[in-house]
Amino acid sequence: MARYIATRIVYMAITLFIIASVTFFLMKLMPGTPLSSADRLSESQQQIVLEQYGLDKPVPLQYVDYMLGLVQGNLGISFQFDNREVTEILGNRIGPSLQLGIQALFIGSILGALLGLVAAIFHNGILDFGSTLLAVIGTSIPSFIFAGLLQYFLGVQWQLFPVATWGTFAHTIMPTIALLIFPMAICARFMRTEMLEVLNKDYITTARAKGVGWTAVIFKHGLRNALIPLITILGPLAVSLLTGTLVIEQIFAVPGIGEQFVTAVTTNDYPMIMGTTLFFSFLFVLIILIIDILYGIIDPRIRLDGGK
Amino acid sequence: MSNETILDVKNLSVSFKTPNGEVQAVRDVSFSVGKGETLAIVGESGSGKSVTTKALMGLLPAPKGYIKNGNILYGNEDFAKLSDKQMTKYRGKDFAMIFQDPMTSLNPTMKVGTQVMEGLRMHRGMNKEEAKKEAVRLLELVRIPDAEARMNQYPHQFSGGMRQRVVIAIALACDPKVLIADEPTTALDVTIQAQILDIMKDIQEEFETSIIFITHDLGVVANVADRVAVMYAGKIVEIGSVDELFYNPKHPYTWGLLGSMPTVDQREEELFAIPGTPPDLLHPPKGDAFAPRNRYALKIDYEEQPPMFQVSDTHYAATWLLHENSPDVQPPASVQQRIDEMNGKWEAGK
Repeated sequence: MARYIATRIVYMAITLFIIASVTFFLMKLMPGTPLSSADRLSESQQQIVLEQYGLDKPVPLQYVDYMLGLVQGNLGISFQFDNREVTEILGNRIGPSLQLGIQALFIGSILGALLGLVAAIFHNGILDFGSTLLAVIGTSIPSFIFAGLLQYFLGVQWQLFPVATWGTFAHTIMPTIALLIFPMAICARFMRTEMLEVLNKDYITTARAKGVGWTAVIFKHGLRNALIPLITILGPLAVSLLTGTLVIEQIFAVPGIGEQFVTAVTTNDYPMIMGTTLFFSFLFVLIILIIDILYGIIDPRIRLDGGK
Repeated sequence: MSNETILDVKNLSVSFKTPNGEVQAVRDVSFSVGKGETLAIVGESGSGKSVTTKALMGLLPAPKGYIKNGNILYGNEDFAKLSDKQMTKYRGKDFAMIFQDPMTSLNPTMKVGTQVMEGLRMHRGMNKEEAKKEAVRLLELVRIPDAEARMNQYPHQFSGGMRQRVVIAIALACDPKVLIADEPTTALDVTIQAQILDIMKDIQEEFETSIIFITHDLGVVANVADRVAVMYAGKIVEIGSVDELFYNPKHPYTWGLLGSMPTVDQREEELFAIPGTPPDLLHPPKGDAFAPRNRYALKIDYEEQPPMFQVSDTHYAATWLLHENSPDVQPPASVQQRIDEMNGKWEAGK
């Protein structure tokens, strides 16, 4: 297991290196420079600024400089905010985004799995219909609509939670609900389909032939097998949540990383763009690793050690 | 084998609800199984043999499949009338089942030992330690080497033959009175088949278990069965002892089955096949379902279903050919020759 994880970490580093390289050159292909909107500066002043940030060097050299800094854990200095380190800006912004993402993913997937399970057990019944309806609504209506509705009803009309901004745990509740509806709906649909399929498998009949009651069959023999495919979609869901917080962060005025990212792109704040991209990439490969480890725990057929 | 009847199936009919209507998978089937006896049910795919056994176990896929009519008498109970919940008491305890495909009939995410222990703890009220000991004993009984270590492994670490042994061990866990084996050797290669059959025979001798053996392999039938029931289109068309069925078959369908059985010293180039296809059980024919494929069919075969004619105390066949007014028809020469050959080999083997 330890060896497996060590190998995977090496692969992660390689993946991140490739992502960093590709992003770097793609970013340089974007139109404009960090000084595009700085018309007030004279040409010699602009030259000084470019030199200060090393932007006067040829692109390959800039690349080498950046990569050398990266290896030392230095993400550079943001162009927008004078002399503030990218790592520091990210560090200040990650908290709210991560909290919202994790809360939404955790609660959403568990609720979704339960919902799907209920739908499968009462297959073709009213509860199945209700859960399917909920899932369709959840996947087809975008989260900002829910965000608006939540703000209006829970925030303004009933005054249960603060309408926006950041601070206490109560502030996180509405954005979390808005965010978790989509993963919940996806998980519910997946769980229902998987469970129904699993319940038709031969080993379920074997268990029934042993005299195991229907409920015990579902929880002891069905659930674990139905969970395996569900874990697969948790990865992409997690990533979509982390990046997708952008809109929700804007609506609820959450000082998160998503908002920061967009500003960075529009102002050609190269170090910020690189830093945010790398951070998201890192999260993504980390989540994939965690999911692979989870796989090994749930499904004995997947041997992480390799060989027998 | 004693004469004590352990299971008595009377006029069992099983149907499936489909969008197109009712499919009558099993139609008015009656048979009984004695203590320690092996009854083989043979027939082609779709003849209703598997559905019959599913009905016995109460494992018809609800709500589509249901017992339409008839009784399944075991002791003082009629399984046909019991609810799913009431059946769990008997399932795995009095009635156990071995399935066709060992590759899919074990839970891939549960340790083999746990799967064997499940029944023991449920029906025999054993604690974990006792169940563990008993499970190891069961795995040894079905000749799994190194049973204790194997307990902690998962099904994917077993070969097909080994998995089928595990399935048998699970079935034997609570000393069932009736063991239903639904084509237990079909998915295995021939050498493993023989081993599995041996294990089943030994177990039967030791525990006097009654076995219902579903198969379409007549070679296996000759090897394991005391009595044989031939099913066609949801009905039993002929039933009798192995000797009666193999050496004195009366139903043209049985003739066809025997004729289409390949033998080692086959002279003919081509293997005999019964022409045509089985009828659609969504609209079962009025008369004998086999009539359109039967070159000996009489006019009455198309109009009225033949009753079970008695040939001997134990031998019955549903064909109008046995009626006193019907013409005297003998099995075709090729089948008769086959029967004689088998007879000779049988005698020589004795």
